[in-house]
Amino acid sequence: MTVATDDLETLLEHAAAGVAFDGLHVDESDDGYRLETPDNEWTGLDETELHHALESCEEYVTNWRYWQDRVGGEGTARRAFLRWCERAPLADAETDHATTGPWSERSEGDADAGGEPLAVPERYDALRDGIDREWGQLSITARFVDIDDPDGERVYDLWHVDDAGSDIAALEVYDDPRDARELATYDDDGRYRPLKTAPTLPAGWAFTGLSGAALVETVEFFYPATVANWHRELQGNLDVDHWLETAERQTGIYDVIDELPREAVEWMAEACCVDSQCLRRREWQYEAGDELDADGGDGPFPCREPCSLVVAAARKWTTLESETEHTYELELTTSELNQLEELIDAVAEDRTEDIREADVYDGANRYRARYLRAKRFDDEGELEATRVDD
Amino acid sequence: MQALVIAAHGSHLNPDASDPTYAHADTIRETGAFDEVREAFWKEEPHFREVIRTLESDEVFVVPLFISEGYFTEEVIPRELRLEEWDPDRWESDGTSASQATLEAEDVGKTIHYCGPVGTHDAMTDVIVQRAETATEDPDVGEGFGLSVVGHGTDRNENSAKAIKYHSDRIADRDRFDEVKALFMDEEPEVDDVTDYFESEDIVVVPLFIADGYHTQEDIPEDMGLTEDYRLGWDVPAAVDGHRIWYTGAVGTEDLMADVVLERAADAGADIGDAREAVRELAASVADTGPEPSAGTGTGD
Ligand code: SF4
Repeated sequence: MTVATDDLETLLEHAAAGVAFDGLHVDESDDGYRLETPDNEWTGLDETELHHALESCEEYVTNWRYWQDRVGGEGTARRAFLRWCERAPLADAETDHATTGPWSERSEGDADAGGEPLAVPERYDALRDGIDREWGQLSITARFVDIDDPDGERVYDLWHVDDAGSDIAALEVYDDPRDARELATYDDDGRYRPLKTAPTLPAGWAFTGLSGAALVETVEFFYPATVANWHRELQGNLDVDHWLETAERQTGIYDVIDELPREAVEWMAEACCVDSQCLRRREWQYEAGDELDADGGDGPFPCREPCSLVVAAARKWTTLESETEHTYELELTTSELNQLEELIDAVAEDRTEDIREADVYDGANRYRARYLRAKRFDDEGELEATRVDD
Repeated sequence: MQALVIAAHGSHLNPDASDPTYAHADTIRETGAFDEVREAFWKEEPHFREVIRTLESDEVFVVPLFISEGYFTEEVIPRELRLEEWDPDRWESDGTSASQATLEAEDVGKTIHYCGPVGTHDAMTDVIVQRAETATEDPDVGEGFGLSVVGHGTDRNENSAKAIKYHSDRIADRDRFDEVKALFMDEEPEVDDVTDYFESEDIVVVPLFIADGYHTQEDIPEDMGLTEDYRLGWDVPAAVDGHRIWYTGAVGTEDLMADVVLERAADAGADIGDAREAVRELAASVADTGPEPSAGTGTGD
């Protein structure tokens, strides 16, 4: 392939103001054009000579054209995300913070992310095979449309990380970003997923041949606002709203949640904002300067303020925490006490489905639970416990 | 560039609550009138809190997919969108006349045209009428028919009843239906006694709700006596006390709702080209080809 005439024309138009992009430099001065790539430099070129010189670095030209014309959106999260997808340097569009976010740390030594950003020639090689990235439970591949004679045009494929090794024929194939909404609605057990970053996205589907814009749209349907907040974090300007400001901002039935005791906020964060429940990494604290001990998780997406699910649950916990404690007396064997612990743990870890019917060694086994209920519950179906304080 | 955000309630428990929002957003996407169209929710994602930052456009039109002015439109949405300069007085509304206010979202520095809710827009009257057409599968329905617009009632929001009465009056003024009546779940006149309020044998009942859910699919059908148990479904029309009741659930699922969203944005200065015509044609063709699919859940026989 050769550098197309319209590419040349566009380059010439931009040359007056200077082109500097991904290692390609084109300038115009009184002595003609200057062309520079990391490997070569030409000066004093007239238009024809420039055209010839560009033939020897067409990868830089088609790369420039793709980002200039097809992607555009200088400074936008969309553009930064697409560059991240193909491991292009982010720093040219971003501030110095671009290299200091958790994402850059993650990429070091991370086999998937593959470390350092790639310069144009390496990227062009890699895009022929496809460059893979993971975004939560999504696996994204950036590749050339035409791998034999790449003209710079990229497309993107997207599937569940669990399907990365699957034959595409075994997957349900989609091309409309809006289909992601349906796919993200229910988990494998058919339960509704109100929290989009719950690590329960079902597998078995693929989006293929998406444009950059469609890719970002699809990702946003799976994980709303993650691209925007990732981009802010990269730039070092992620705005975090801590628990207390968020709680105090609430009105109506949620007005009460700022009364939730601080230690209960700890328990809440421990219950909800951990990797097993949510792919976001909790960046919010109790309030500025007052960090929660609960681990924020290692999730890929920053969580900048308590989500609506946590706010709704906090209302329940605020009510529950306003109750006074009492001392109860009830008869239990040591094993029965242990069994209560196992039951709570099994429910909390969503393990009950996995306990085999005949596994009576597990305290959360259904027959064990039914036996305990038969033995210890009274006629009203309540635990036979007596309050011993007044 | 201009963007449209449709702001709706959503639900943590019921995945269908957001269906109308998605449907109307998709219809508007098809028209290409906006560079970006985004759904945003109080209970789902993207949350109101984060939606504006996902947009590249500098001009953003926010249309609340709510029935009445009140707590959500006056307090929750503007607060969560960080419209610091917001004050309900900027709408200069009597409870049904909010149109728009232009503000800045503080976290992103974009211009936000914050519109009144869809439920109180004049175009909503047409949607209610279209709902009657859909329910009866008759584009000329009117003569010999009574129409009832049903709302929640005043226990939570005094403007809620205003919106119901507003549209009832407007439909009555058109002299299309023999009788028009505003009825409520929680205040007089109550929807329980729907047949007491009409002489017409045929009564179309249109609940002014955004999404189908507990009220429109359980409470109202049972209260009206369409069915003993909502799980058994009901007929359309269903015979009640010598009347025929034509009921198909929340008006918010009607296709023409996308037109109201567009009108709200256009009133606030959005350039929507001929998108309204496109949406109206689409809605009309859907109405011609049969009943609203979303009515299906309640119409089992
Ligand atoms: S508040 Fe916690 S559970 Fe909610 S999104 Fe953030 S990290 Fe996840």
